[in-house]
Amino acid sequence: MRNAFVNTLCKLAAEDKKIFLLVGDMGFGVFDKFRKDNADRFINAGIAEQNMAAVAAGLALEGNVVFAYSIANFTSLRCIEQIRNCIAYHKANVKIVGVGSGVSYGSLGITHHSTEDLSVMRTVPNMKIFSPADAYESAAVTEAAYKIDTPCYIRLGRGREPLIHQHEIKNYTIGKAIKISDGTDCAIFSTGAISYDALKATTALNAQGISTALFTFPTVKPMDIQVVEEYARKCKMIVSVEENNTIGGFGSAVAEIISSLKGEKAFLKRIAINDEFTGVVGSHDYLKNVYKISAEHIVRAVEKEFE
Amino acid sequence: MKSEILAWNIRRDVLDMVHKAHASHIGSAFSIADIVAVLYSYFADINQLKTGDKERTRIILSKGHAGAAIYAALAEIGIMDRSELQTYGTDGSKLSCHVSHNGVKGVEISTGSLGQGVGMAAGIALAGKKAGLNYKTFVIAGDGECNEGSVWEMVLFARQQKLNRLTMIIDRNGLQALGKTEEILDMLDLESKFKSFGWNARTVNGHDHAALKEALQDADEDKPTCIIANTVKGKGVSFMENNNLWHYRDPQGEDYANAVNELERQRP
Repeated sequence: MRNAFVNTLCKLAAEDKKIFLLVGDMGFGVFDKFRKDNADRFINAGIAEQNMAAVAAGLALEGNVVFAYSIANFTSLRCIEQIRNCIAYHKANVKIVGVGSGVSYGSLGITHHSTEDLSVMRTVPNMKIFSPADAYESAAVTEAAYKIDTPCYIRLGRGREPLIHQHEIKNYTIGKAIKISDGTDCAIFSTGAISYDALKATTALNAQGISTALFTFPTVKPMDIQVVEEYARKCKMIVSVEENNTIGGFGSAVAEIISSLKGEKAFLKRIAINDEFTGVVGSHDYLKNVYKISAEHIVRAVEKEFE
Repeated sequence: MKSEILAWNIRRDVLDMVHKAHASHIGSAFSIADIVAVLYSYFADINQLKTGDKERTRIILSKGHAGAAIYAALAEIGIMDRSELQTYGTDGSKLSCHVSHNGVKGVEISTGSLGQGVGMAAGIALAGKKAGLNYKTFVIAGDGECNEGSVWEMVLFARQQKLNRLTMIIDRNGLQALGKTEEILDMLDLESKFKSFGWNARTVNGHDHAALKEALQDADEDKPTCIIANTVKGKGVSFMENNNLWHYRDPQGEDYANAVNELERQRP
């Protein structure tokens, strides 16, 4: 999904000369085409993310569309106060792009695991948050974020994620969840690259006779309230799936909606990182198991409720 | 308006604003009053500021806590309504004590958390350079503010991008929140620091209008410029000068009356 972002950005930048790309000395080889075509609008801000965020805001306030790119933690948590004050308060047209979200940089270790950014960024006013599940969603949200002139955070995976969708998504509407399959017993709401695990779990559960719906949420803020409410009424169980801390992230956003519903409603199980740092490293798939957020754990959590 | 008159007016307005709002940071606003006055008097086209012309001079306050001086200047040059000044820091006002652009005409950006306005200023200067515009960007920062690492990230960046139309003015009053800068995080020789970071830099008396006017014209073809302005915190009211109590205290009763009297005696 990283390449889908880059390709979409290159396409947009060919048309719109107001697009700038700032990188925090990150993305080796990734932006060669962008640099070649837009040498004057590619700026390596160095390993200095606080300044990059502030510069992005200033550049945007002068009428430019600024994409600011680095590893997810560095472009979000590292400079969160600049994001709040310089970008969000000023409603600056900055698209903050974080790559390698969740535990996708598995063996690199905790410093490179981006597992609180969703929670932290959700609390920033004026900020829209996109968390694509695959390359198609990545292209769709990049274009959608470009079309609005307010601050956005685009949370990408590391790259080479398996596809969830069969074809490209045209004219994605911000704030809409996308139905992958329908069901009546359980609804799985998933965001980001972990959605492939949610898809595998959905297939397994349906095979077992538990009618399971699956929605991906390319937008985490604003949330698709309508879909959450509808399925919370319709199903016995809702499962939220994310590669982020369970506190304050996507599952919390789902919980906030369900808790405001009056009357009979589904019970919510949040599949997320359980507010901990693991002491081990390993591949992305390995760590998803360590953190109990893989397909297998999603299946187990649902099975338990339908025994 | 002659800058000496504007500077006096700024101090006189600020005194009443801070007094009325029971606000703080009067010492900081007095410290930069001359710098602000010189900038608005000689380096900005007021009509361009009024219309928001894309070639207007960008005057940015990074040490947002001295915001009262900017609001006062904007009222004095006719960009802000004088009646609005009276609301400074009070219930429902848009004039927050740390300078805000939100609904406030003439203020470029909001600051208050230190070390951030300088980076935004660099972004604004970069935008002008990329667009082939000729405006200059002036950003006022504090010497205490230079404790922030993000200031030095900007200093590296501005040199790398050759932001030759960016001028940073450091209000070098030697005091920060809890005491003397040299006793907290000593900034030592700022001029040589900036020179070693590849900037054009010089030091002037930050209350000498002629010297400021001359120094602020400084420019280099491919370097940003830093003017270290030696100032006195609380400048203009003897009992506030170099006294950090006036980073916090608002002048009331006898203090207020004495401050008014002192300023009135200096009326240009």
